[in-house]
Amino acid sequence: MGIISRGFGGRRRESVPGLPPGQYLTHDFPVLSAGPTPRIPLDRWHFTITTETGEQTSWTWGEFTALPFEDVTVDIHCVTKWSKLGTTWRGVSMDTLLEDIDTTADYTMVHSFGGYTTNVPMDDLLDGKAWIAYKFDGEDLDPEHGGPARMLIPHLYFWKSAKWVNGLQLINEDEPGFWEAAGYHMYGDPWLEQRYQGD
Amino acid sequence: MARAAVSGRLTWRLATVTGSRWETPSVRTLVLDVPDWPGHLPGQHIDLRLTAPDGYRAQRSYSIASAWAGTGPIELTVQRLDDGEVSPYLTDTVEVGDQLELRGPVGGWFVWRETEPAPVLLVAGGSGVVPLMAMIRARGAVRGRQPFRLIYSVRTPADVCYAEELRRRVRDDAGLDVHLLYTRKAPEDSPATPKRIDVATLNTHGWPPDFGASCFVCGPTGFVEAAADILVALGHEPRRIRTERFGGTS
Amino acid sequence: MNELDGNAMAGDLLEVFAADATSARFTCAGCGHADALATLRMWGPAPGRVGRCPHCEDVVLRVVRAPDRIFLDLRGAVRLEFSVSGS
Repeated sequence: MGIISRGFGGRRRESVPGLPPGQYLTHDFPVLSAGPTPRIPLDRWHFTITTETGEQTSWTWGEFTALPFEDVTVDIHCVTKWSKLGTTWRGVSMDTLLEDIDTTADYTMVHSFGGYTTNVPMDDLLDGKAWIAYKFDGEDLDPEHGGPARMLIPHLYFWKSAKWVNGLQLINEDEPGFWEAAGYHMYGDPWLEQRYQGD
Repeated sequence: MARAAVSGRLTWRLATVTGSRWETPSVRTLVLDVPDWPGHLPGQHIDLRLTAPDGYRAQRSYSIASAWAGTGPIELTVQRLDDGEVSPYLTDTVEVGDQLELRGPVGGWFVWRETEPAPVLLVAGGSGVVPLMAMIRARGAVRGRQPFRLIYSVRTPADVCYAEELRRRVRDDAGLDVHLLYTRKAPEDSPATPKRIDVATLNTHGWPPDFGASCFVCGPTGFVEAAADILVALGHEPRRIRTERFGGTS
Repeated sequence: MNELDGNAMAGDLLEVFAADATSARFTCAGCGHADALATLRMWGPAPGRVGRCPHCEDVVLRVVRAPDRIFLDLRGAVRLEFSVSGS
């Protein structure tokens, strides 16, 4: 059902070959949110990893930004069908943050200031697949795009790249985070078009 | 009967544009012929859906501007947002004869019912005047006796929608009052200075709180929150204040 | 600041409920505040609609619209109260 609306084009987009199925290429950077933008002063910022046994390791902003960083160029894919190619970020690799953590957990829950959560298997955070990013396109990460720092996991739909990240909880069983509990896919592989539960 | 009525409102229908007129240089009213329109209450809205040739879709909600007379077309009044995806299409591209997909009417909370005896205060910020105009038109159509006051905030005199019609209605109906508030530029011959919605305006041109008026506030989010807070501070019962946010900045 | 209110989800909720749901009253599981769903502070509609309590900002409901399904998560509401014609 449905008609074509004569003369309607919509936001500038392209369907280019090589994008995951169902995606369009965008040249802007849509802001999607589940709540008000948290404003986190840097002296209040922390990132805390909590293992499955309750052990905690925490970094202040100063400690975090003193860690070895990487400048990466990645493609990102939003479940709302927008893809951006060649985005540039500076961040600390999750490999660096998890290096000295003693754990056998297979799953994680990412936590954010403001209460957002998203679940990611441990394997998907390791081996150069994930970062905590604090610069985008050469500039400090804007609050509306997740600043001071956000998770960056380009191989999964971008709702997994949690904005305003403040912690990682290591868990033994997979549990749904904010959008997963509301109907989105537990894993979210854009190349298999895993958008919703049951896809 | 209820289920059929519901599924009717859920169906995406094809409406045909049968007329249009400009309310201001950036606000356009579209007259739509909608087959089997079930009727609507003033304050309700429709969801509009546009589809591009590659299947890309955009959906937005628009308040119904017209009152329902039992038959005939419905009207939408659309403000062009410069960086909008849908509104510039509706104001600049759509022509008489085009078809638009819509569903509705929807919304049962932000509505005025003519059986309600209370006086009514309508507080409009910019394009928030649209659903409130439907309420004014509905009251006019049934010759309602409830006293209505409209406080309508705009940037400049050129931004007043329905200007002629509001003047006519005020002239012909002693029960309707309209107060215009200018935030950027007041009319040449007016002593008023530009200002945003404030206590003085709502106190002077609204209803006393003990009148138990039904208050409807509509417009950008910042405007709605400011106006609703003032009404509560003036003593209006929060339960008698209904709001509809249109998004955007103040 | 671009957030709307619960009036914006009237159409989506009509696909789920037999009558307009925006007039239904919620009781917030977080703070106990009660009011019409129309008063929820809404974010979305993409990737989903999130309705937050106007009093405490906790999430009261989430609506996710897939092509062939609607997910409605109401765990943030203790109860919904709908008015129906009396009998």
